Formats: sequence, C-alpha cells, structure tokens
Amino acid sequence: MTHHTDLGIAALRDGVRNGDFSAVEVARAHIEAVEKGRALNAFLVETPDLAMAAAEAADKDRAAGELKPLSGVPLGIKDLFATKGVQTTAGSRILEGFTPVYESHVSGRLLAAGAGMLGKLNMDEFAMGSSNETSGYGAVISPWRRKDKGNAPLAPGGSSGGSSSAVAARLCPGATGTDTGGSIRQPAAFTGIAGIKPTYGRCSRWGIVAFASSLDQAGPMARDVRDCAIMLEVMAGFDPKDSTSLDLPVPKWEASLSADLRGRKVGIPKEYRIDGVPAEIDSVWQQGIEWLRDAGAEIVNVSLPHTRYALPTYYIIAPAEASSNLARYDGVRYGKRVQPDGASLNEMYEATRAAGFGPEVKRRIMIGTYVLSAGFYDAYFNQAQKVRALIARDFEQVWGKVDLLLTPTAPSAAFALGEKSADPIAMYLNDVFAVPASLAGLPAMSVPAGLDGQGLPLGLQLIGQPLDEQAVLDAGLAIEQRAGFTHRAERWW
Amino acid sequence: MSVDTETVRHIARLARISVSDSEVEALAPELSNILGWIEQLQAVDVSGIEPMTAVIPNRLRLREDAVTEGGITDSVLANAPVAEHGFFAVPKVIE
Repeated sequence: MTHHTDLGIAALRDGVRNGDFSAVEVARAHIEAVEKGRALNAFLVETPDLAMAAAEAADKDRAAGELKPLSGVPLGIKDLFATKGVQTTAGSRILEGFTPVYESHVSGRLLAAGAGMLGKLNMDEFAMGSSNETSGYGAVISPWRRKDKGNAPLAPGGSSGGSSSAVAARLCPGATGTDTGGSIRQPAAFTGIAGIKPTYGRCSRWGIVAFASSLDQAGPMARDVRDCAIMLEVMAGFDPKDSTSLDLPVPKWEASLSADLRGRKVGIPKEYRIDGVPAEIDSVWQQGIEWLRDAGAEIVNVSLPHTRYALPTYYIIAPAEASSNLARYDGVRYGKRVQPDGASLNEMYEATRAAGFGPEVKRRIMIGTYVLSAGFYDAYFNQAQKVRALIARDFEQVWGKVDLLLTPTAPSAAFALGEKSADPIAMYLNDVFAVPASLAGLPAMSVPAGLDGQGLPLGLQLIGQPLDEQAVLDAGLAIEQRAGFTHRAERWW
Repeated sequence: MSVDTETVRHIARLARISVSDSEVEALAPELSNILGWIEQLQAVDVSGIEPMTAVIPNRLRLREDAVTEGGITDSVLANAPVAEHGFFAVPKVIE
C-alpha cells in the first residue's frame, strides 16, 4: 500500500472524496512525518491539533456530502503568513512570540477551503536570502544529499526553504511560499518540486509580513504542476484589504490544464545564457526546448536586452522598500523590546533593532536607507525605477512574438550550507534568472527537469504574460510529463 | 562608491539601528562593495523613460468614508511588549 505521505494534493483530495481513506488517517501520517523530520529544521511551530481538527471536520463534511475544495489536505504555511493564534515570526527574532489576532487573507482562504495546517515553516529572515541561512532560528537543511556521499548539508534554497524542504521530504504535500525575487522558484528548483509565483496582484498580500511590497507575491509549492494549480485556485482572488489586489475572476486552472502546446510560441531569451553557468544547466535548458517542441510548441529566439541590469535594479528597489516596511519593528507594538536602563525612546528603538535583526536584514535596511537618503534618491532609487520600466518593456515587446518564455530557474544546483554566506553578491546571483519576472510582475513557475552529475535536482523556469498563469502551467505540465522526474531524496533524517 | 565609517554611522542612525565600532568597520567595505556593484545602473540610458509606479495597471479604489470597525483595543494591544491603561507604553519622551 502506498503511504499517505507519498500522495500529492490531488490524490489526497480525491482519495478522501472517494472514501479510499479518511482525512484523519491522512493527517495522522503527516503529523508523524513532521515529527520525524525535525532534523530538517523545516518547521518553526508544529500545529498537530489544528491539522487534526481540520481532518475531523473534513470527514464530517464528507459524511454530510459537503466536501470543500481542499478537504482532507494538510498543508505547511510559510512563517511569513500571519496565522491567528499561532506564532508568526517571519523567521526573525524580532518577532519572537508574536501571535497574530487575525489570519492572513491567503492562509484564511486555504483553511476555509478545508485544508488543515501542519505548522509554520522556517524561512530566511523577513524573506531576505537564497539559502535559508539568514533565519533567526537556524538554517533549514535540504533533504537532498550529493551523490558522492559527502555529507555536507545542502541549502534548500530561499527564502521559502522550509516550504521546499518539507514538500520534498514529504512532510506535507504542499506549502505556501512567497516570492519577492525568486523565493518560490529557486527553492523549488533546488529540491526537485514545482512552484509558481502568479501575476502580481493575484494573491492578496494582506496579513503577509511585508518585505518589498511592489514585488511580494504568494504562491503554492507542491510536488507537481496540477497540485500547484489546485492550490493557486484557492489562494488567488480579490481582496479589498490589499490596494494592489486584482479584482478579476480566478480562472479554473486545474480543469483547463493541457500539455498540448500546438499553436503556442515559446521564446528563448539569449541574455539568459551567461558566463560561468555549469554546462549541465545549459543542457537541461536545451532538453526543455526539445520537450516543448515535442509538445507542439514553436520555439523562437528572442532578446531581452536589459536582463543584465535586473539584479542590481532589484538590489536597490527591494532594500529601499524593505527599509520602509521594516521601520515598524520598533519595540512598541509587537515583538521584542530591548530597553537599556535609562534609555530614551530613540535609544530603545536602536537597541531593539540592533538585537532583533540579523546581519543580512541589517545590511539590506542600511542599503535601502542609503539609496533613499537625501542626495541619493534620484541617482539610485529613481534610476532603478526607470530601469525597471525598461526591463518590463523588454518583456512587453517580446509578447508580440511569443506566448511565454523558457529559461533555467537558477544558475546552479543546490550548494552546501556556508558555501556562499561570506559573499553577499555571490548569494544574490542565485536569483539572476528569477528577478526579471519579479520586477515585471509576471507569472513564473519552476518545474523539476533533471538531475546534475551529483544527483541534485535542476529546475526550468516558465515565464508568462500578465494574468496568463494557464500558459505557464500548461507548459510546465508538458515538461513534467516528458521529464518523468520521479527522483526523490533518499531518507537520512 | 566608497562608503566611509562616518557614512555608515549616519545611515545606521537614520535606520535606528545601533552599531558597534567593529560592526561599523565591517559594514563599510561590505556596503561599498554592494553599492559599487549596483553603480552599473548609471550606465543605462533612461532618457524619456518614466520611473515605474505599478507593474500591473490597476486603479486605486475608493471606499465609502465610514467607520467599519473599531472597539478592539485589547486585540490591538495583545502583542505589545508593554501596554498600560489601554495604550502602548514607551519610555518617557517629555521632561
């Protein structure tokens, strides 16, 4: 018999619906997997009671013939989502003990759709990182190991590294992620799972701890494309409480899934071929091109001339927005307060923030403060917003010729913990392929495509036109069917 | 762009983060490095380009100017490190 934790979201949903197993059995199996998976450090808080209560409700609903879209499906929730009554820290010590009195819009939609919550997933502090090493609660460890049996613990990617590790290790069939400059796609690629960042505005940001508000988007991370479509359908939707939420109907992405790409044109941007990228990345990209052609797509070479400026643009805009968003952590309204004897209000702010923020968060707040400061605003921030407009225009100009783009997701497979943490810029380069779509607000997805020589997963990225998540999911499905990616991390934890 | 230690102290003050002398020494070259790297944007010709304000065209909505919630002082203060008499409490600011 297949173990419940080997099943994805669609299989669990359908199995509960058909009465093949109960939601309580499913919840119990996953709660046990979460407990046994503690060596991965993926969960910051475990909520077995909530998962069990949702499962009991699902079984009752089934008996009453009132099943909901996600009845019987237990999920992990990234710690960036405010969860009512459950500690929410955004991976930061400054929010230790913060227990929201409200539920984020997106997690609320998932729970209302019948999903259960297994717990809160570890992440880079305030989502600033590409390896999970900036978490205030210790790095998450990837379930994957290199084939040479060197036991170097590998990074699960970031910032949604608790989500990627937990889904890959089968602690949960799906998890929420958030993506500001690649934080869903890069960890998905590193761990051999699928993840999609929808068009900016599809998912409400209300109740998601803000990092860079013009870029932050929630999205699902799961084991395959269909499961991502199922989750995204529930997560997306208009919310009047987020001024950038799009007031549009949510398409039936799952029901419309089709791997038949005849009539679709897929662009291959030449600027994504960059020096220093391993040959294995290039060859999996070439393989992806062949797969899409096999699915009926026409392949077209295109150019996005401002691609090389995307990363430096991002590292002005994201820190600038972060320095403003993170001003709220002042030791007054929530979280940590450090108040040395006789400290003034300003001294309390400074001591609280010095003690509560980790080095990467401080670095980015300082960069953001600098580029927004008097005399530099025009040269840095305004210039970056203009280059951002050019990057978005590059994409608009290719949409006349192609329907979507295929690129690698990340410039390497997973690296070992500690390998890149000494050099911030080397770490930032992880998101070189992910950031352009973020700056332009476009839907983009990573799907597993193969393994490198060390047996580690490599992902391919699909970037679509605004609001055309369907084309992204369809092409993802076409790759998934041809890649036949069934590899999984051998259990050591 | 080279950031000196005095600039680091100034930025830290603006950002309300206290920094030790050794942190200042470490941050100056780090920030210089990152700012030097983003400096390449100055080379992009942006003449005639408006700075981006929204990635997806969207109109800001207006709602009726009416009270829709309130009276939740306890919830608002629930996570405060120090709250007194229905208020957030801070160190004395007026002598």
